[in-house]
Amino acid sequence: MKPRFFRFWMAQVALAPAWLIVIFAYIGTILWTIQISFTSSKVFPVSNYVGFSQYTRLFGSERWIISVQNLAIFGVIFIIGCLVLGFLLAVFLDQRIRAESMFRTIFLYPYALSFIVTGLVWQWTLNPTLGIQQTVRNWGWESFTFDWLSRGDRAIYVIALAGMWQASGLVMAILLAGLRGVDSELWKAAKVDGIPTWRVYVHIVIPILAPMFATATVLLATAVVKVYDLVVALTNGGPGISTEVPAKFVIEYLFQRQNLGLATAASTVMMITVLCVLAPWLYVQYFRQPRSAH
Amino acid sequence: MKHFTKALLGAAAVVALMAGPSVAAEKAEVIHWWTSGGESAAVKVFADQFNAAGGEWVDAAIAGGEAARAAGINRIVGGNPPTAMQFNTGKQFEDLVAQGLLGNLDDVAKADGWDKFLSPVLTKAVSRDGHFYAVPVNIHSNNWLWYNAALLEANKIEPPKTWDELFAAMDKLKAAGVIPMAQSGDAWTQVLLFNDVILGVGGRDLFMKVFQDGDVDAIKSPEFLKVTETFGKLRNYGDEGQQGRQWNQATGLVVSGKAGFNFMGDWAKGEVIAAGMTPGKEVGCVPGIGHQVYWIGGDVFVFPKTDNADAQKAQALLAHTMLTPETQVAFNAKKGSVPVRGDVDMSKLDACAQAGLKLLADPNASVPGSDFLQTPDVLGSLQDVVGQFWTTPSQTPEELQAKIADIFASSN
Repeated sequence: MKPRFFRFWMAQVALAPAWLIVIFAYIGTILWTIQISFTSSKVFPVSNYVGFSQYTRLFGSERWIISVQNLAIFGVIFIIGCLVLGFLLAVFLDQRIRAESMFRTIFLYPYALSFIVTGLVWQWTLNPTLGIQQTVRNWGWESFTFDWLSRGDRAIYVIALAGMWQASGLVMAILLAGLRGVDSELWKAAKVDGIPTWRVYVHIVIPILAPMFATATVLLATAVVKVYDLVVALTNGGPGISTEVPAKFVIEYLFQRQNLGLATAASTVMMITVLCVLAPWLYVQYFRQPRSAH
Repeated sequence: MKHFTKALLGAAAVVALMAGPSVAAEKAEVIHWWTSGGESAAVKVFADQFNAAGGEWVDAAIAGGEAARAAGINRIVGGNPPTAMQFNTGKQFEDLVAQGLLGNLDDVAKADGWDKFLSPVLTKAVSRDGHFYAVPVNIHSNNWLWYNAALLEANKIEPPKTWDELFAAMDKLKAAGVIPMAQSGDAWTQVLLFNDVILGVGGRDLFMKVFQDGDVDAIKSPEFLKVTETFGKLRNYGDEGQQGRQWNQATGLVVSGKAGFNFMGDWAKGEVIAAGMTPGKEVGCVPGIGHQVYWIGGDVFVFPKTDNADAQKAQALLAHTMLTPETQVAFNAKKGSVPVRGDVDMSKLDACAQAGLKLLADPNASVPGSDFLQTPDVLGSLQDVVGQFWTTPSQTPEELQAKIADIFASSN
């Protein structure tokens, strides 16, 4: 009894700094943020409580609604696009091709760039008077038009495209590692049974790769929620406010528009949304006891 | 005897040590966002003058106004304030005053006689409840129309004075195959254009009713609809390369003759001069089209409160130095702005500045900029709806009018 008790407390003492950081730096600041969101704070936090009026204003704000819609559009296209593209690239590389490591490096390379660089590169490439459109027109195809960047209803797809260009390589690397782990016996067995290759991928390999897909999705999802720098560099929220995202809303109201109350309300809504999405997953992962264990 | 000499030497050393700090210059760390070529040349005037007056300027330049302000405010709140920091003239530092974090400048203002040379608009902008809290250093005007004189001449266009003339001129340029109006994609330049239209079409009274009084009825009036209609019509004269274009690139299109007109503040002169041209000659200026009204904007420096006596001395010296006639003339010549003192030699300023000064002299021909009158929050919301309207061709002027009315109705 005694050594176990002692061990328990030693562990707690060793963990104490971590606990302090979690309690004060994470939970404490989260609670403080939520508290400010119920006040009428401008540049400085004040304790003049105004109930839910910041939240009312937030959901009455067209910019916030557009931001949330954009996040949904971006998120769906970005995650699905990266997974599909990354998987295809991984399958392509898994065909024992020549110069595989060179291709692997090329495909993974965009991920080494920061989003700011990606944003600038795509901004120049897609600028109608400088980039692709102008080049093709100079070649003689005068009526060629690719002006999505300057069209409010299309610009968010350009951002998703730039994001996919950057992150597909990461998905490829993860899935390629998974593909290499697939037992070669499985392939031989499938061949003996005369199953077409695409069916092996769809019905056998993809289920085996499920944990890899989950990892990639989690990584991509965090990139979606915090997307900020890509938008700032590529469109800065424009044309107009058509490519605004929630993180940019929060930063702008915090620092430029000097409205802490509204900014913290927006970040609280962001956090609640993330928690709502994560809660079922966390429950399944950590809290549901496996039936066979006890 | 030996002991005595030693003691004497020791005492001398102590005295020297004690005297050290008081002989050393008064250090002033100044946060500002003047980082472009012309801007840093201008801020160097401040540094040189302050050093010559016995201070020691410690430069803390941070690129980008928002970043600089955020850094400065964080340091003030965190208890480690800079000696001085820059804001735009207006409401940006209002909360700092309300929280009692800024030093009161009444002593310097009295000693230097600010009330004798500052215009009432500026005095009002830098004081709260009768006390001075900021040093205004320059006057910038936002509502200028710049045009390429050679391009207009080649197309037989007279410099326009009214909106109808401007639209006729831009139609001609469009037919000739040049960009009629160079516009940047940044939202603040779209708002700048919108404010120019309010002033030019609606005039001073409408502008003041909207921004000073937040008068929703004035926004719902037919006069304001005319403003949004004119603004909507301007959408047809930009080119499709706007998105991602900076203000100086837009001005550059006019300078290089690729575009006819550009609405931009008087800081555009820096681009004109950098291209080896003379403002008012190769690149002409119209101080407001339609109604000629001078928009008063600019920069100020505030001095965060401190208990440190040396820092207080440095603050007083800096506040004094920034407003001496010599500093004002030298600084503003580099910055492209107008001195805040009415009693200095203005004859060296360029033709465009002279036209502006004439308007500035008439109290009924100038307005305080929107930064003076409304909070960043309201102006930010305005920027959102104006930017959205500008880039969404299907949106009608009536919709824009209704959205602006909503902003001011909910902020009152």
